[in-house]
Amino acid sequence: MSASDITIQFDVNGETRAVHAPPMKRLLDVLREDLGLTGTKEGCGEGECGSCSIRMNGELVNSCLVPVLQADGATVETVEGLAKNGALSPLQQAFLQCGGAQCGICTPGMLMAATHLLARNPHPNIAEIREGLAGNLCRCTGFMRIFESVILAAVDSRTDQVSSGSPDAR
Amino acid sequence: MQVGRVVVCYASTRMAATAFPTMSTHATTRIVGAPVPRKEGVEKLLGVARYVDDIEREGLWHGATVRSTVPRALIRSVRFDRSIDWSEFVIVTAADIHGENHIPLIFTDQPCLADGKVNHCDEAILLLAHPDKHKVRQAVNAVQIEYDLLPTVFTIEESEQQETIVWGKDNLIKSFLLQKGDVDAAWAGAASIVEGEYRTGAQEHLYIENNGIIAEYSEESGLTVWGSLQCPFYVHRALLAVFNLPAEKVRVLQTETGGAFGGKEDYPSTLASHAALLAMKSAHPVKMVYDRVEDLAATTKRHPSRVRHRTALDENGKLLAMDIELATDGGAYSTLSSTVLSRATLHSPGPYSCPNVRVSSSSWATNTVPYGAFRGFGAPQAIFAIERHMDEIAAAIGMDPVELRRRNFLHQGDTTATEQLMREPVLLDTLLERALSESDYYAKRERFAFENPSSPVKRGMGIAAFYHGSGFTGSGEPYLNSLAGIDVTPDDKVRVLASSTEFGQGTNTVLTQIAAEAIGLDYADVQMAPADTGIVPNSGPTVASRTAMVVGKLVERASLQLVSSLKEHAGLETHFSRADFFEACRRYRTTKGEVVSLCRYEAPPGISWDDEKYKGEAYPAYAWSVQVAQVAVDTVTYSAEVEEFWAVQEAGRVINPVLAGGQIEGGVAQGIGYALYEKVILQNGRMVNNQMTNYIMPTAEDVPPIHVYFEEIPFQHGGYGAKGIGELPHDGPAPAILNAIKDATGVSFTSIPLLPEDLHAALCSRESVEEPTTA
Amino acid sequence: MRGDARTHQLIAPDTLAAVLDLIASEPGRWTPIAGGTELMVAFAAGKLGATNFISLWGIPELRFITTHQDGISIGAGVTFSDLRNNATVISEFPLLAKAASWIGAIANQNRATLGGNLVNGSPAADASPALLVYDAEVEFASVGGNRRMPYYAFHTGYKQNAMNADELLFAIHLPRRFARHGQYIRKVGPRRAMAISKVALAATALVDSGTVSEIRLAAASLAPYPARLRHTESELVGEAITNDAIRAARSVLMREAQPIDDIRSTAEYRKRVGANLLEEFLRGLNAPRSG
Repeated sequence: MSASDITIQFDVNGETRAVHAPPMKRLLDVLREDLGLTGTKEGCGEGECGSCSIRMNGELVNSCLVPVLQADGATVETVEGLAKNGALSPLQQAFLQCGGAQCGICTPGMLMAATHLLARNPHPNIAEIREGLAGNLCRCTGFMRIFESVILAAVDSRTDQVSSGSPDAR
Repeated sequence: MQVGRVVVCYASTRMAATAFPTMSTHATTRIVGAPVPRKEGVEKLLGVARYVDDIEREGLWHGATVRSTVPRALIRSVRFDRSIDWSEFVIVTAADIHGENHIPLIFTDQPCLADGKVNHCDEAILLLAHPDKHKVRQAVNAVQIEYDLLPTVFTIEESEQQETIVWGKDNLIKSFLLQKGDVDAAWAGAASIVEGEYRTGAQEHLYIENNGIIAEYSEESGLTVWGSLQCPFYVHRALLAVFNLPAEKVRVLQTETGGAFGGKEDYPSTLASHAALLAMKSAHPVKMVYDRVEDLAATTKRHPSRVRHRTALDENGKLLAMDIELATDGGAYSTLSSTVLSRATLHSPGPYSCPNVRVSSSSWATNTVPYGAFRGFGAPQAIFAIERHMDEIAAAIGMDPVELRRRNFLHQGDTTATEQLMREPVLLDTLLERALSESDYYAKRERFAFENPSSPVKRGMGIAAFYHGSGFTGSGEPYLNSLAGIDVTPDDKVRVLASSTEFGQGTNTVLTQIAAEAIGLDYADVQMAPADTGIVPNSGPTVASRTAMVVGKLVERASLQLVSSLKEHAGLETHFSRADFFEACRRYRTTKGEVVSLCRYEAPPGISWDDEKYKGEAYPAYAWSVQVAQVAVDTVTYSAEVEEFWAVQEAGRVINPVLAGGQIEGGVAQGIGYALYEKVILQNGRMVNNQMTNYIMPTAEDVPPIHVYFEEIPFQHGGYGAKGIGELPHDGPAPAILNAIKDATGVSFTSIPLLPEDLHAALCSRESVEEPTTA
Repeated sequence: MRGDARTHQLIAPDTLAAVLDLIASEPGRWTPIAGGTELMVAFAAGKLGATNFISLWGIPELRFITTHQDGISIGAGVTFSDLRNNATVISEFPLLAKAASWIGAIANQNRATLGGNLVNGSPAADASPALLVYDAEVEFASVGGNRRMPYYAFHTGYKQNAMNADELLFAIHLPRRFARHGQYIRKVGPRRAMAISKVALAATALVDSGTVSEIRLAAASLAPYPARLRHTESELVGEAITNDAIRAARSVLMREAQPIDDIRSTAEYRKRVGANLLEEFLRGLNAPRSG
């Protein structure tokens, strides 16, 4: 009939966490309610808007579609894990500089999608950026400055490579 | 890598220096005009900004709404299924309302809770609260309501026939008649007369954060409400009416708001009343946050419209007369239909000079969810019609649509349809030239005309020219009588005091930039005071593209006033450092008790408006724009896509180029959605595509590169020369796109949203069904 | 959120055998859930009919892509990201790789599984047209053993399939014989991403000495379930691709197609665009090959 709570243990932003929750509880709700990580948002509950995007085992997923049982033992990254010691990541800095966030509600999911994109493809072209962010709806920006932010973050990472003498430098 | 470009051009050199003597319009400013980062940007990027659903409270209960499943009926019975233990719940009906059972806005026809009768699907009938948010959600399904159905009206046409009366005495919520010159006498002398009818559908805001409110009540503190909202004092006023409480016993605070676009201008008053009713009755704080399915079905949308044009021109394509009949669908209750109709009326003649104009407009009630404010507020509907019509006229008289516009543009010194004299320069010619040049408009039209016959993808270019009146219409700003300013706290923080809210458009940044500039401090020294009716004065609602212009001006004046006061009363020298300023504030505080400077709205001189005759200065200022769309129509799939877009505008001083550019880009994207993607599908008065899967907005793969160019003519009565900018960009894309589709295919479309199924129907009716599409 | 997690059961056995045992011992009681991209949406909408779920996510025996000499075998638990990034799928089954890249967006592709797509059985299913024109076979597993059938026989009605109550979709097998075939796939939706098909067409064909010697056509949303367009295929087999042949084939397709009007589109639009896609494919066959 119905399930009692089970124990899920997983790594969230580098910390081991354990929660007791019904196995069907959405990972989104576990993050927000059980762990107090309210950075991940619910915009639609249908996997359409991407505002609940997180990375699970290195894959970008919509946390509103993941029953928490399936996250048992997983490595989970949310927006709260992007800044290190209170300092904005280069991607977050780029968003701040370029105006990639307006109302900010899509921003956590957008940052995770951009993080995922740049992890797979450090120097994406505009078509790849568009595809990488296609699952994250933004109603405020018209996306232009989000693209600029990702391009800037990618360029900055290239500059870092140049300064460290990478053979990629050109 | 084409993303889009933002270029800002300073046009101030065009103007004689003596025209703008005030400090605010100096071209050399440190902070105003600079791309300083968004004031609350870091919190948003860290994911720590607190939206209403992120907030938990001790003892929080959850609320849910039982809604009508029929469009118009008497409520015969309400039964509570015995499968639920109702003793665990708090139930609120209209009988629990101590004050007035209405949400005051312009009229008071909209009930807070239905009382024996419903007039639209998803109308709120009763409210439930419970500590468990899942149980309260499920309990909604256990309330069985029986209805005695009444006849319904679902379209403008049905309503205006007045066979079934569903509102007032005659279904007519509001009407206007605007007249200039003598339209009827002009037909006889016309070289051409062109008619057209244009329609726009409803549009959903689709803010990514749904509506949500938390309410709490206690005898001592009274009623406190937190939520996702644009206008704390609108909500405050509504709560006073519903609860019959004194003003100081009601407090409204805005939480970080995830998009609004007008959809949180009036609706939060209803939701706040609901949450507050439950909070009072349950003696617990109550949170009500809609899910997407409920928000889409039950909350406001853009008014659908039907606009008919009849236009007389002389042999040179100069406008002789415009006879315009404009109708909107207001939905079941009036809400903001009067003011939307007003703005639609005033924008319907377009940015053109015409000696004879008549606009007769009306807003009709139907049994659908009430329509409300949405970015543009009647202007997108009106401008769609006139800008499509201009292209139809051009085709009818054999003139280039660009040339037709150029010949009829308003210039400085002309009068509008309300006989408002254009005292400020009108840069339409400049904007047009820039738009044509940047988009390579003529060369592309020529190239596409050559390529299209042998290509399955047909391309075209389309243009739209328009103005958007900044601020409230006519007597609106004096009526609002806004108050705003700054204070300085004992720990050396300067705070902007205004009820203007941030919901992505940049209020926090722009107002603090203005204050910092006017005082002479750093941007980091100035914060916004919380948007809390217990703390800030009423600077009016955050609507109508008025914030930078009107409230910005109040903040600017108040800042200069404070500096003056400190110089006069606290020994501040003519040239002072940051440390000197705060020292002077300390001295001032010891004698005056606090350091506060507030200013009240003053209408610019010479503004007069006649509400009866609809004549005079309709708006204190106008922003101007020309937009160009390059569109591709795929004849295999009948899909139209915007390949590239150019937006050139003059909106006064650009306070922050990053924020301003972002407003244009976002508004254009929404306008593209309005034209080609977003359809509200109604069946029996209910939105049936109320899921994000089925209400389609453009994704990151659909938006074209959007190029943005600003010309600037500082407006001396706006904050640091600013005029309104937020709504302007949503006015032009739909007509520009449909004009481009006409250029591409030769087929005129006069109705939006224009979906592939509609293109298919029109393009295929010209061919036999089995024929191959290309030889 | 209209679903209550407390009223559902979800278990996650480690092995395929454990799953099969359970669904054999309690047939009809357990609903498999893989990536959740369909079921969790129904859950949030308060429309999840089933109570007890058995998770297939992460069961290694279901998530494999194996290349044999004559074909490839794809585990039902393979995600669309797995598919679109697999070298053999990209080079030899490009229609399937493309279809995979058109599902939702990246986050959906990382979770949606091939098995889930087929078992959900929507007439708009993204993977189905490609599988049909690649002569896919499906394999079911149960405690009683495995069995195979042609994929074209899998769907038996609107959201109904040929599996028994104790069977689980185990794998999809594709023959490696399409290297010389002209191939085409196109999905038509309301926008470029996050779109449910209004109509889609997949096609593989061999043209020898100017005539069509083999042709397979399959569409999305032109029938109550994913199916081949057999009458249209018959019309084209043995024919040269002339304007007349195209006209005739369009006509047959528009009669064979049985689309409906629904919230996303109209029957007329779907038929007409289906015919346009067919024509686009046929003209592309005639065009000189590049490379």
